Amino acid sequence: MKVTIDVNGETRELEAEAGTPLLWVLRESLGLTGTKFGCGVAQCGACTVHLDGRPVRSCVMPVESVGDRRVTTIEGLSGDVADAVRTSWEEIQVPQCGYCQSGQVMTTIALLSRDRSPDDDAIDGALAGNICRCATYPRIRRAVHGAAGRLKGGRG
Amino acid sequence: MIGRVQLPSPRPASGSVLRIPSLDRRQILKSGLALGAGLVMGLRLAPRAAAAEAAAGEGLNAFVRIAPDGTVTVLSKHIEFGQGTYTGLATVLAEELDADWSAVRVEAAPADAQRYANLFFGIQGTGGSTAMANSWGQMRTAGATARAMLVAAAAAEWEVDASEITVAAGIVRHAGSGREAGFGPLAERAAGIEPPAEVALKDPSEFTLIGREDLPRVDVPAKSRGEASFTFDFSVPEMLTAVVAHPPRFGAKVASFDDAAARKVPGVVQVVAVPQGVAVLAEGFWAARQGREALSVEWDESGAETRGSAEILAGFRQKTRQPGAEVRKDGDPEGALAGAAKVLEAEYEFPFLAHAPMEPLGCVVRVGDGEAEAWAGSQLQTVDQGTIAAILGLDPSKVRLHTLLAGGSFGRRATPTADIAAEAAAVAKAAGTARPVKLVWTREDDIRGGYYRPPYVHRLRAGLDAEGRLVAWHQRIVGPSIVTGTPFEAALVQNGIDSTSVEGASTLPYAIANLGVDLHTEPVGVPLLWWRSVGHTHTAYSTETFLDDIAREAGQDPVELRRALLAEHPRHLGVLELAAGKAGWGSPLPEGRTRGVAVHESFSSFVAQVVEVSVGKGGMPKVHRVVCAVDCGIAINPDNIRAQMEGGIGFGLGAALHDEILLEEGRVRESNFHDYRSLRIHEMPEVEVHIVASAEPPTGVGEPGVPPIAPAVANAWATLTGESVRRLPFRRALQERS
Ligand code: FES
Ligand code: FES
Repeated sequence: MKVTIDVNGETRELEAEAGTPLLWVLRESLGLTGTKFGCGVAQCGACTVHLDGRPVRSCVMPVESVGDRRVTTIEGLSGDVADAVRTSWEEIQVPQCGYCQSGQVMTTIALLSRDRSPDDDAIDGALAGNICRCATYPRIRRAVHGAAGRLKGGRG
Repeated sequence: MIGRVQLPSPRPASGSVLRIPSLDRRQILKSGLALGAGLVMGLRLAPRAAAAEAAAGEGLNAFVRIAPDGTVTVLSKHIEFGQGTYTGLATVLAEELDADWSAVRVEAAPADAQRYANLFFGIQGTGGSTAMANSWGQMRTAGATARAMLVAAAAAEWEVDASEITVAAGIVRHAGSGREAGFGPLAERAAGIEPPAEVALKDPSEFTLIGREDLPRVDVPAKSRGEASFTFDFSVPEMLTAVVAHPPRFGAKVASFDDAAARKVPGVVQVVAVPQGVAVLAEGFWAARQGREALSVEWDESGAETRGSAEILAGFRQKTRQPGAEVRKDGDPEGALAGAAKVLEAEYEFPFLAHAPMEPLGCVVRVGDGEAEAWAGSQLQTVDQGTIAAILGLDPSKVRLHTLLAGGSFGRRATPTADIAAEAAAVAKAAGTARPVKLVWTREDDIRGGYYRPPYVHRLRAGLDAEGRLVAWHQRIVGPSIVTGTPFEAALVQNGIDSTSVEGASTLPYAIANLGVDLHTEPVGVPLLWWRSVGHTHTAYSTETFLDDIAREAGQDPVELRRALLAEHPRHLGVLELAAGKAGWGSPLPEGRTRGVAVHESFSSFVAQVVEVSVGKGGMPKVHRVVCAVDCGIAINPDNIRAQMEGGIGFGLGAALHDEILLEEGRVRESNFHDYRSLRIHEMPEVEVHIVASAEPPTGVGEPGVPPIAPAVANAWATLTGESVRRLPFRRALQERS
């Protein structure tokens, strides 16, 4: 099956078996390995990408169902929210093993794009689907607040 | 991770046969700084193979390379899987080298049993929170030796006296002549200089990098940007992806299989039988997985474990009434119990646990002509290397093993059987293809694939005298041995006692005149393994909650009682006082909250935690706040120590609240994160970490944050509800009660 998808602002045409999850197309056909596999059943959030800016679990999304929606992966991030989140992540030293962090960052950017000053409950609500086995959760919370502060011009 | 290796540990000789050298961890710790000096000798230059694969730069010794542009590359013999070892080891080396931190990079050292052995194990490997403790002297010496060589090179070049040369932040200077240079221009000349036999190490007062609060981790930028590459991300040209259909019960074997449908799946290239099951090789993950779904396999289950968890634990419970093999006996515990005014008794049950590292398991193997290459998040590098070599019929020196970043491990990547490397090699061999093979495990493979923290049953008894003083303590542990039958047995099993079954109980620090510990070792037919903090995962729970039961019975404050029993243990006492003080032990709390405390030593680090708990959703404990105090000797990187305590607390709490692997007639019930639930962000408490200032040699922090959290929560819960939870996880204990 031929599929055409828009990934990180580029139109990509490729061959894929019907039903192949977007995750594997991104990782194996397009070499975008920043998006991770953690469970394959929409339980961990490691595979989070944006479809038209909204976070989705690419491990359970058949590639043909993407349609003409824009796919953004961690490699294709840009803009003030992405910059604030990455800077804050480094400042707070969030990652340990790092494997879940692409998903954490993608979910956080989607959250801050719709809510510029989330409280702890909003952060917990948005990120409850992103497992971190290293339990970097306290730092994720701090880093989300830090990024929100940056976006308001409060810091940095 | 690997249990306290205080005794000799294995070293691979040929193939998978291991030989035991005589290294004693306590002696090594005692000998401290002197240690590295002797061992780094003879390691000066990397052999050709390693040098060729390395990026540009001069190797000044086995641990550091300097490029013409001044980049300092530190080679880490330990895997980085989140614990911060790359940053920590580089900090120590860079400190003595007086390097400019911004010029420091870290790279995984190639697998090499000689140059890169863990000095406590005798093989290359990471575990037991030993990375810093065993490397401390070695990395300091490596840094100081390289510095001396750079100074000697500058002295020769400038024709000045070496003693007049100073080095700071990557600049070599001679004040008298006004000359100075970066490391880069001096590196080539320095590499040709004979390393000094002895080097002076800094006095801790001279440290500029060690202990700094603002030293960022070397791996954080890449990991924040999705640029860090793990085994799952690694690829080589022409690579095939393989998944293996594993038996539904441990110990079962393939009887027959039909692969007709699997072979029709587009992208599937080959289907082969391997000792572990049936492997499907395909052009990518999805095709391989679809191929596996289409397989039909008949299993021979004649040798399989068919018991369920309930039966296994019932068998263990029966043993708690019979004396076991003596582990420790101070005074006369049975006599003192018989004569006690009051005897308390409790029985505890602990489930199987899976590690579930965030990155599932995997390994890439390329088989060439008389040689092979492998890439993996390898935790026991030279065991993996030796195992791959044995399977492929090669000498270990013909297998180049590259250690990649790993997305967590918690012990899972350190199997004495090298299970993942072995499976990858078996698949590559059976396929007989020149194409490299990437073996991957799905999450279901991981949760159901064994190598679990074993189940245990403990029975504890305590005797109080008429005044309520604790005069007798007896602990019986029943469970399987992790290391029996593995190459680690000789090192870790003495007189039939597997030290990983009893650590934490056998080392109970409390001053109790009559104290006994014994053990029943009961085999189960399931692959078992160390799980972040090993024996301490269960012994800290039973001992610390039982002590709180005793305090309640005696009408004593839990901190007060511990303080009284720890008078001879200043480091335990130090963390206890610090945590209790910072937590405001005894001060009022919001309505509906209580505090609980636990203190425990593991892997020579001391940790106390005070938690605040209320009754949360579904009648489960809600943990609001954890105040943690840690004494791990000299604090190399305080922020990373805090991160490891936070992580250990979250990891331990998730397991204590929710997790168990349940066998039903030998089959694993759980399969993925929906039923092997991990802690999630809304369940993570606020964590506050305080580090005890210390001049002792540094010890590890990857595991010691785990043991105290579960008992601290249980102690708060008992105060809150009057209910002592003696079976983990909480979810099950509380369900079965209602
Ligand atoms: S891999 Fe998609 S949610 Fe876990
Ligand atoms: S950083 Fe390791 S799983 Fe999140």
